[in-house]
Amino acid sequence: MADELMLEIVTPEKLAFSDIVGEVTLSGSEGEFGVLIGHAPFLSSVKFGELNYTKDNKKTYYVAGEGYAEITNLKATVLVESIEKVESTLKEEAQKSKESAEAKLAGMNKEDADYEKAKSALDKANTRLKVVEKV
Amino acid sequence: MGASLKEIKRQSVAVDKTRQITRAMNMVAASKLKSAQLKMEKFRPYADKLMGVFGSLAGRAESITSPLLAVREPRKVRVIMMTSDRGLCGGFNTNIIKAVTNFIKEKNAEGQEVSLIAVGKKGRDSFRKKESIVSEHIEKLGSFDMSLAAEIAGEAVPPFVAEEYDELYLCYNEFRNIASQKPVIIRLLPASTVGSEEASPESSIEYIYEPSEEQLLAHIIPMYLRVLIYRGLLETSAGEHGSRMVAMDNATSNCEEMIQSLTQQFNRARQAAITAELMDIVGGTEALAAGK
Repeated sequence: MADELMLEIVTPEKLAFSDIVGEVTLSGSEGEFGVLIGHAPFLSSVKFGELNYTKDNKKTYYVAGEGYAEITNLKATVLVESIEKVESTLKEEAQKSKESAEAKLAGMNKEDADYEKAKSALDKANTRLKVVEKV
Repeated sequence: MGASLKEIKRQSVAVDKTRQITRAMNMVAASKLKSAQLKMEKFRPYADKLMGVFGSLAGRAESITSPLLAVREPRKVRVIMMTSDRGLCGGFNTNIIKAVTNFIKEKNAEGQEVSLIAVGKKGRDSFRKKESIVSEHIEKLGSFDMSLAAEIAGEAVPPFVAEEYDELYLCYNEFRNIASQKPVIIRLLPASTVGSEEASPESSIEYIYEPSEEQLLAHIIPMYLRVLIYRGLLETSAGEHGSRMVAMDNATSNCEEMIQSLTQQFNRARQAAITAELMDIVGGTEALAAGK
């Protein structure tokens, strides 16, 4: 698969990534989807989760925050609130953050003001872990 | 005469110390301003793209109903007021406080109640006794990221949906350049779909939307709010440092002027003292000579 698709990842902090890649896979709010060159114009919201792309037939994994993706036939622009590259060395850390999120949630009631926050933190930790395991 | 000499010396040393401090503050502000401006610059592509998509979505989807677009007869309004945490930055905070005070007066005259969300200590302190402050974010402007904007938005939006208040405004100093900041008040909620003329250049392309346009807009509005709030925070932070830089620059040159005039006074007094002493000696010798 030749690398032809322009991928741009933009976050509030910076233009995080800009390069020509092969295929991009995103976690849309309606499910995962892949983008190749020549894709129909497409606008989708993106939920917190995995983002990966291939370049030289190698996959690189990211965890992306909420946002949306705008796809035209030559270019994919991903606007997300956060992005982090995932490497296998992060596994321990991800495991730890999952455990601490779990521990925090265990000590809470559903009525607690921070319950939702802790729950989403745990969800995020789980997602991150899942992605790390793929690397 | 001697005491006065000492007094002048003491004053000029004190002024010199002040000058050192103001100069250091000026330099610190300059470097902080630089990083704040850099942050603004890096944020721009994100903001521009999001605004573009919001504009084109909102423009084409007039029939969209979302709780965040609900226009109600305004009875209660809420203002997010952004000031700095620290003073010594010229008229920076005063301008905002004045703008908010006028705004409150105007709204009160129309029979609307105003409550505040205070970002920054100075604004909070100024309105603490006069107006109702529903929440405050103090000492957070030192280093912040998008999560502060998310926090503020997360606080402001649910009561709007629950109809606890009807309109949300944002008031901050727009950063024009180092020497000039202008207070602006913009309406955040209900989010206005008109007037977003910054439509994306590709708005003519027919997109496939996923989920539906309506849901997508509902997804993007909160992002749009966070962008506006974050931009306000960035401009406030840059403006604060710019304003402080200018204020401290002025203070430094005032100090220099004072030192100069004190030095002159000191020299004059010293000269006078020497002259007086000489006269004494000359007078003394003459008297002695006459006595012989």
